[in-house]
Amino acid sequence: MPTFVYMTRCDGCGHCVDICPSDIMHIDTTYRRAYNIEPNMCWECYSCVKACPQNAIDVRGYADFAPLGHSVRVDRDEEKGVIAWRIKFRNGEKDLNLLAPITTKPWGKFIPHLKDVPAPSSEQRNSQLLYNEPKYIRMDDGGLHTLESNGLTLQKGVQY
Amino acid sequence: MAYKTIVEDNIDILVAGAGLGGTGAAFEARYWGQNKKIVVAEKANIDRSGAVAQGLYAINCYMGTRFGENNPEDHVRYARIDLMGMVREDLLFDMARHVDSAVHQFEEWGMPIMRDLEKGSYLREGRWQIMIHGESYKPLVAEAAKNSADKVYNRVCVTHLLMDEAKENRVAGAVGFNVRTGNYHVFKSKAVVCGAGGASNIFKPRSVGEGAGRVWYAPWSSGSAYALMINAGAKMTQMENRIVLARFKDGYGPVGAYFLHLKTYTQNAYGEEYESKWFPALQKMVGKEYLDPELSHATHRPIPTCLRNHAIINEVNAGRGPIHMVTMHSFQDPHLEEIGWHNFLGMTVGQAVLWAATDVDPKNENPELTTSEPYVMGSHATGCGAWCSGPEDISPPEYQWGYNRMMTVEGLFGAGDAVGGTPHAFSSGSFTEGRIAAKAACKYIDDGKAEGIRVSDATIAKLGEEVFKPMEHYKVHRNEIVAGDVNPNYHNPRQFLDRLQKLMDEYCGGVTVNYMTNDKLLSIGLKKLKIMEEDLEKIAAKDLHELLRAWEVKHRHRTSECVMQHTLFRKETRWPGYYYRGDVLKLDDENWHVLTVSRRDPKTGQYTMEKAPLYHLVDVDKPAAAAE
Repeated sequence: MPTFVYMTRCDGCGHCVDICPSDIMHIDTTYRRAYNIEPNMCWECYSCVKACPQNAIDVRGYADFAPLGHSVRVDRDEEKGVIAWRIKFRNGEKDLNLLAPITTKPWGKFIPHLKDVPAPSSEQRNSQLLYNEPKYIRMDDGGLHTLESNGLTLQKGVQY
Repeated sequence: MAYKTIVEDNIDILVAGAGLGGTGAAFEARYWGQNKKIVVAEKANIDRSGAVAQGLYAINCYMGTRFGENNPEDHVRYARIDLMGMVREDLLFDMARHVDSAVHQFEEWGMPIMRDLEKGSYLREGRWQIMIHGESYKPLVAEAAKNSADKVYNRVCVTHLLMDEAKENRVAGAVGFNVRTGNYHVFKSKAVVCGAGGASNIFKPRSVGEGAGRVWYAPWSSGSAYALMINAGAKMTQMENRIVLARFKDGYGPVGAYFLHLKTYTQNAYGEEYESKWFPALQKMVGKEYLDPELSHATHRPIPTCLRNHAIINEVNAGRGPIHMVTMHSFQDPHLEEIGWHNFLGMTVGQAVLWAATDVDPKNENPELTTSEPYVMGSHATGCGAWCSGPEDISPPEYQWGYNRMMTVEGLFGAGDAVGGTPHAFSSGSFTEGRIAAKAACKYIDDGKAEGIRVSDATIAKLGEEVFKPMEHYKVHRNEIVAGDVNPNYHNPRQFLDRLQKLMDEYCGGVTVNYMTNDKLLSIGLKKLKIMEEDLEKIAAKDLHELLRAWEVKHRHRTSECVMQHTLFRKETRWPGYYYRGDVLKLDDENWHVLTVSRRDPKTGQYTMEKAPLYHLVDVDKPAAAAE
């Protein structure tokens, strides 16, 4: 279901151009508005739809298998931390509204800056531990699993 | 060249490609290298790039040791069974023992992970899968990477790794171009973590026309992980192990939550169970050790993904298709129905669009399933990738030559699809591998292993010419024709992609030949790929967007060549349901219970193939017994 852009809603801001993972949302040089330059490389990932401040981008199912007359719209709100979807069937018999959280915390506030945390000791450097380990593996004082701790060995050859 | 050359010098760690593996690497590198210069090059925008761009509804690799659920070795055995024995168990064990710490941090950063309200543990979809509201999974981990990196270059497509001129077989950075400005970027770096992606779109897709974008793996996964490493002379492993997915027809929506959580099941067009009737013959093909339906039934031992595909493929060929997913029972429960829809919206919106367009309400009808075209990647139920060194406290000598996750090229590390032999890493495991690789890369630098790397201006200039050649070629020949895309002196990227897909499909076991190939077909295919390589020197790009596509198809081509070489080398049918070698339609443990390893000599283009031994985890107290 490649994306398309409504002429009257797009103001050419370029948010979709900036976010598209496939580099297929481009600004048309005549109309100064965005459009999908390569529908057969569109993954229908909705990144551009979610990013559009004007709700100007929509999706129409792939021409080779999807009949016309359906709609899947989305509104993603980082402030509220939710995403809202509305699915409308071609025959009009189903109209679903679905809401899901996208985060449980204020956006980006709880992601650490590892430049500012205490530097690892040389003992940690020479161990197999990663940042925040072993604590975060089991959220207790237990250590890292090893072959020895788990009573295992690696054996060459055919084993099932 | 009309574009500027921008040299970023003195980088310690360059992350090439920032999906889940790359973001994990960038994040962790800062902890072990607080004064190091960490730079990320990403061909799209790190906030929505890689396979997790549109989100995920599950984390498919979580042990739950915290809740007493599984130990790392349990996951290793699961991956071994699923991949018919062909995995790197040292790397898998290593990933599994760390992966939970990544997931617990995601939760702390704000990832909504669903809880089992009775048990207090995470809500399980299956033994390894937990359910999340992961629409913002990628922006979340991107934030972590951005907090750690000195610089993130978005829209810079890495085309080549730079090799050191002071010491043979040592990496020294990478080059690429900016898809927006056209600037030529040179990254001189002591270590590189390859976080680039696997390959969609190298086999002809079932879809045609506009729908060709509706591939299972992201269309921007251009096999760059493999091409960059192969071209640098890194050894590769298990590249024959492409994956075929049984998915909802056309939309390729995920089935994991449907099978595991919603308890849906499959049947043929006439409402019959079909799997069991194909298993006796299949058991003769692969052996009872790999397929034992009675044991599986009694012990919940999983039946390998490829073998379940095999049953679908054969049932359809017998004229009793399509296969249906029986959803009508589960979807009567409004809660489960909602989960079914959320599952798509969280990770494959296109499937919801398709059902809306075709009025398929899974409450009232059972949707169709199909088997997809093959994909080449290394983090789902398949383990294509580079031959990497394992952790020193686990790996046997054949698997260990220095730093964890370092390839056979010094200073070149990998994560996610880049690492071979580590299936079932998925998103969390790929992120974890990135973390492991970054720590090892820091140590590599601290040990002075990257001292004195040198890249000459001549090399930089030569690669720069190569990078922009498709645009030059277009300019030179464009005006020989009136208009259009038919030119005797070039093909455009789309034309090459079509040619590659047709070739791979017909000679290497795609959908139109029912995943069948043989030694003769593969040899012809290799010849055709060689000719295509010559022609790829004449690829034409009319603008920067097409230059991106040109490099993507060049990377896909190199990946395909390696896949073809490996498929020819392994003279057995190890994964019926992924592909079949018509000349050797049997699993052969006597000769092929090994990992396949290749190296392409960057100077001659010749491949050398070898077998590497397989090591399996066994319990110390019963070493001779079968592990399962």
